[in-house]
Amino acid sequence: MANTIHLDIVSAEGEIFSGDADMVFVPASEGEIGIAPRHAPLLTTLKAGEVRVKTGNQEESFYVGGGALEIQPHRVTVLADTAARAHDLDEAAALAAKQRAQEAMADKGASISLAEAQAELARAMAQLRAIERLRKKR
Amino acid sequence: MAGAKEIRGKISSIKNTQKITKAMEMVAASKMRKAQDRMRAARPYAEKIRLVIGHLRKANPDYKHPFMVERPVKNLGLIIISTDRGLCGALNTNLFKAAVTTIRTAQARGEQVQLCLIGTKAVQFFRRLGLPVLSSTAHLGDKPHIADLIGTIKVMLDAFRDAKIDRLILAHNVFVNTMTQRAELAQLLPVETRDEAELQKLWDYIYEPSARDLLDGILMRYMESQVYQGAVENVACEMAARMVAMKSASDNAGKLIGELQLIYNKARQAAITKELSEIVGGAAAV
Repeated sequence: MANTIHLDIVSAEGEIFSGDADMVFVPASEGEIGIAPRHAPLLTTLKAGEVRVKTGNQEESFYVGGGALEIQPHRVTVLADTAARAHDLDEAAALAAKQRAQEAMADKGASISLAEAQAELARAMAQLRAIERLRKKR
Repeated sequence: MAGAKEIRGKISSIKNTQKITKAMEMVAASKMRKAQDRMRAARPYAEKIRLVIGHLRKANPDYKHPFMVERPVKNLGLIIISTDRGLCGALNTNLFKAAVTTIRTAQARGEQVQLCLIGTKAVQFFRRLGLPVLSSTAHLGDKPHIADLIGTIKVMLDAFRDAKIDRLILAHNVFVNTMTQRAELAQLLPVETRDEAELQKLWDYIYEPSARDLLDGILMRYMESQVYQGAVENVACEMAARMVAMKSASDNAGKLIGELQLIYNKARQAAITKELSEIVGGAAAV
């Protein structure tokens, strides 16, 4: 136990890897770092790249699109991003969301008539049901 | 008594409807299973990120991120996650009722309410309330992706940072089991901080780059993961609710067919009896 670290690679949409490793290499924002057991606690962001996991003689690698990394002496957590992130990309997405909201609210005429039509339909259905019931009673 | 042909027509039309509801029930059942898997898959991330935030708070209690600061509430923000399509029982209605109750009590306290809507049904419903909507998104499909939510959430987070909102609440359905879904409103911002007893040690991380930037990125991802989790859970709820609604629709159709069949048989028998008595009557007259 003493000479391995527990590694979790998780993304918001699912767990990617969970297990013990001898050494882990991650693409931190300030340059690639290698993590051996009993590493000092560290918190940093990741850039897009490859996370390499060394277990015995085997090496596995995972692609991450960025994210965050937390290191504690015997536990490493990689919080991977699934989406491509950049400040202007986020900004553009936010603008699009605002615009959608405005469009949806401006689109009042069309959908109120839709809502009215739905209400009309519900009323007609209720009437039909009532007629049906009356018929059955007779 | 209606004619036999009419009743036959009615029976066949109900049978067609039943086929559709049965098909929808089965589709919803299989989609529900996948949605549940996705819901479970999203959990480890949220747990890990919560742990990291807990550590961060313990490690440097002197720095307070804007997302953690409590302010007197003048403006309330509400993120409401609904389904895109109907035919899922009272799922959306229950959620909207709970949300409207919260909105009304907030307004009674003199707070302004601003909305963020996810899903077509929420957009349609809350348009009629006439409250300001800051951002909205729809048509996420059965597999919501975090990339589709980032912009929508960012608008609300920015509004909180700029003090346009003092409190942010997430309203969505919680999947209890296949038969039960519960509408739930949970506070997103300011981040509620629980003091965990196990984290009493005083130690600090090495930060690369600064603690502020890191905390900012991590908190933002935390919010996104919370909303994403809500969206995924809502899909599972939608499918479960639709499955149950369609099952009862199929059952009702079956009952209706049975009743109509009985009426049809009676009508048929009556027609035969009538014909027979006419023949007998005719023969007697001769």
